[in-house]
Amino acid sequence: MFLASQINQQIDHQGALLKLRAERQQLLASNIANADTPGYKARDFDFAAAVGAAASRRLALAATQTGHIGAAGAAGRVDVQYRIPSQDAIDGNTVEVDREISRFTENALSYQARAQFLNDSIRELRLAINGQG
Amino acid sequence: MGMFTLFDIAGSAMGAQSQRLNAIASNLANVDSSTSVDGKPYRARQVVFQVQPMTSAAPAQREAAVGVKVASVVESDAPQRKVYQPGHPLADASGMVSYSNVDPVEEMTNMIAASRAYQFNAEMMNTSRVLLQKTLEIGR
Repeated sequence: MFLASQINQQIDHQGALLKLRAERQQLLASNIANADTPGYKARDFDFAAAVGAAASRRLALAATQTGHIGAAGAAGRVDVQYRIPSQDAIDGNTVEVDREISRFTENALSYQARAQFLNDSIRELRLAINGQG
Repeated sequence: MGMFTLFDIAGSAMGAQSQRLNAIASNLANVDSSTSVDGKPYRARQVVFQVQPMTSAAPAQREAAVGVKVASVVESDAPQRKVYQPGHPLADASGMVSYSNVDPVEEMTNMIAASRAYQFNAEMMNTSRVLLQKTLEIGR
């Protein structure tokens, strides 16, 4: 029972990280899509902080009765912030496409790596269950 | 669903950029037009982009996932190009003919920017496809 919950937790955590990556991917895609929209402000979130928040959620108090109150941050929202551009554009747009694309690519790679880790965890689990490869 | 919304975002941007390219093509084609459909000299057109929230995104992520749409098409109010052609049927009393106010140099640079933006978004769609494929392979 203990082992099973540990495995569950690990896979849950991997899944949460994957979800965060997907969410960031969406934000970065929105930035690139709106590279020419007047007045659009580029947005992103601090990934490390979001991972920390996700980890603390994992350790949050369980609300097992109706009177219980969940621990802080249990809502699970990331803190989206506006980017500070290195150069101002005359139309008020703050998207710097080259940087957004490099972030987009980096995030995509991280997503793939995370998916691979998750896959490996599942494969190891299967190996443990079957006792063979 | 996160990853599917990426397609919608990239798709909306590609649609908007191709509309921009269409406007540029019309402008360049009509660079020497002295009459438009309304009988007046042709005026350069430009699309205006606007943020478009993606309805396919999960409600909690509506604010994060935004695409782009063409809000309106505006006509340039730059002065018309006047050419002295007294024999022209459209010449005015002083022999001047009004041509379009399209600036070919501006249109060409705009075209380069639009096609680059289109390429970025196409590339974004490609990346999203790879990521989705990876996601589908989880647990195989």
